[in-house]
Amino acid sequence: MTVLARARPRTLHRARPVRNRDGWWAAFFLAPQVAALLVFLVFPLGFAVVLAFMRWDGLGQKEWVGFDNFAAQLSDPEFGLAVWNTVKLALLTVPFGLVFALLIAVALNNVKGGGFYRVLYFLPVVTSSVAVALMWQIILAGNDYGVLNSSLERWFGISAPDWLGDPGWVIVAIAVVTIWSSLGLNVVIFLAGLQTIPPQIVEAARMDGAGSLRIFRSVTLPLLSPTIFFSTVVAVISSFQAFDQIYVLVDPEDNEGARTIVYQVYELGFKDFQFGMSSAAALILLVLTLLVTLVQFAAQKRLVHYDS
Amino acid sequence: MRPRQVALHAGLTLGGLAMLFPFVWMLLTSFKGVRQMLNNPLDWLPDPWRWENYPDALGAVPFITAYWNSFYIAALNVTLTLLTSAMAAYAFARIRFRGSGVLFVVFLATQMVPAQVTVVPLYLMLARFGWIDSHLSLIVPSIANPFAVFLLRQFIRAVPVELEEAARIDGAGRWRCFWNVVLPNIRPGLGALGIIAFLASWNSFFFPLIFLNSPELATVPLLLSQFSGQRTAVDYGLILAASAIAVVPTLIAFLIGQRKIINSMAASGLGGR
Repeated sequence: MTVLARARPRTLHRARPVRNRDGWWAAFFLAPQVAALLVFLVFPLGFAVVLAFMRWDGLGQKEWVGFDNFAAQLSDPEFGLAVWNTVKLALLTVPFGLVFALLIAVALNNVKGGGFYRVLYFLPVVTSSVAVALMWQIILAGNDYGVLNSSLERWFGISAPDWLGDPGWVIVAIAVVTIWSSLGLNVVIFLAGLQTIPPQIVEAARMDGAGSLRIFRSVTLPLLSPTIFFSTVVAVISSFQAFDQIYVLVDPEDNEGARTIVYQVYELGFKDFQFGMSSAAALILLVLTLLVTLVQFAAQKRLVHYDS
Repeated sequence: MRPRQVALHAGLTLGGLAMLFPFVWMLLTSFKGVRQMLNNPLDWLPDPWRWENYPDALGAVPFITAYWNSFYIAALNVTLTLLTSAMAAYAFARIRFRGSGVLFVVFLATQMVPAQVTVVPLYLMLARFGWIDSHLSLIVPSIANPFAVFLLRQFIRAVPVELEEAARIDGAGRWRCFWNVVLPNIRPGLGALGIIAFLASWNSFFFPLIFLNSPELATVPLLLSQFSGQRTAVDYGLILAASAIAVVPTLIAFLIGQRKIINSMAASGLGGR
């Protein structure tokens, strides 16, 4: 009773004037970020939506065309190819990249003196994507320069395909480079997740007679599943947005097999100056990204284990 | 127990070699001439060593300028990101104001929008400002960084409120609380974010490619990509010498600060995007 009596007048007394001043302080502290977000993110997003319904080359008259840009893109075989290639790239990079990263992280977690490996696997993450692409160009090249094909030829007598020139293989080549360059990041994220698993739980499972594989399946994987889920979402989004390595490794203009939605957006906007078309393609990519992310969030309810 | 350790080490070493090989091959090839590469592509060591690939690469394009451009743009990006996002994060973590929750969700949502969706309107807008082919196009728009706000908000929430209350009783205002109490207590967070922002800016390619034209304004990745595209007769020795010039200093910086860099990127989970 005394506590209540003392507490109430104090809150009443303080509430109003402080909140008023706080509002101004909040506005002050938020102003730079909010302004930047409005001008450089929210406004361009709205502008993109408007542009997607217009025909405009940046100089002449703007013209409303309704859904024509979307219809044109969706019925264009080139765009269909870009969607298919984008999906193919995600299907290759996400599962393989994450499984490799998980295996390496588990190995690192069980090995003594793993710090050295951690650095080794992380090297590509801090390396410029352009340099990475150039490094791999000389490994994968189909001509005499290509180290991979020269080795296969000399030591195994195999004449391998031109990885970067063959439309059927180029996505595989891009996927290899993408997995190689992002592996280290996923490894350290998984490793950080693994290190939060209490050793007592693993010990208890071992006491109950569980083998290493059983512990991995029934203890490690469920406890790591929130991290795996998060990494999957990020990996899908970033594979949908892959651009640098593709642009430098192979010019999709020379090899249709490397044409992705993002490249399509770039080409329509900054080579053909069809700003409306480009925005429409970009919005289709955004919708595709959101759909896939939603599906993942729906799936995680059944697959991901959250400890409460 | 021992054979398992051996097997793990063997597997990790094998993978590690696969990670290292492209770097080693880049360095070795950067000293080779075209003839050797064509005749004996599997030679490990250069014969003869063409040291002149390096001065040639440096002379062919304005590398020093590009280094300076990349560096000062990254430094400015880091400074502006740290200051503005720490301010916003402080507001979200410590000040009660109406609509705080909703605004924060909006912040997080904008992070989902890929750069490719906003790039065309952004280009048109920057052209209006006269910022195309100017470094302002890489500095000012990148202030908007909801991820940074989110990351620092987590760090600020971990700072005990009592520290700030004590300062306020001593008569400190909001700004002094922020500057003298909160910021010194989130140094690890600021360090982590600084590293991530620096790497993101240093390695960024998409925006420089679209917003810059003049060779003397190019950043290192942009210059490197143009350098490889220009050549009709592909002299990989020269191209990889250029790549090595671009990459090696970054790698040395990474090796010096590796523990901190890796830990901050692991903790943030999102890495440099």
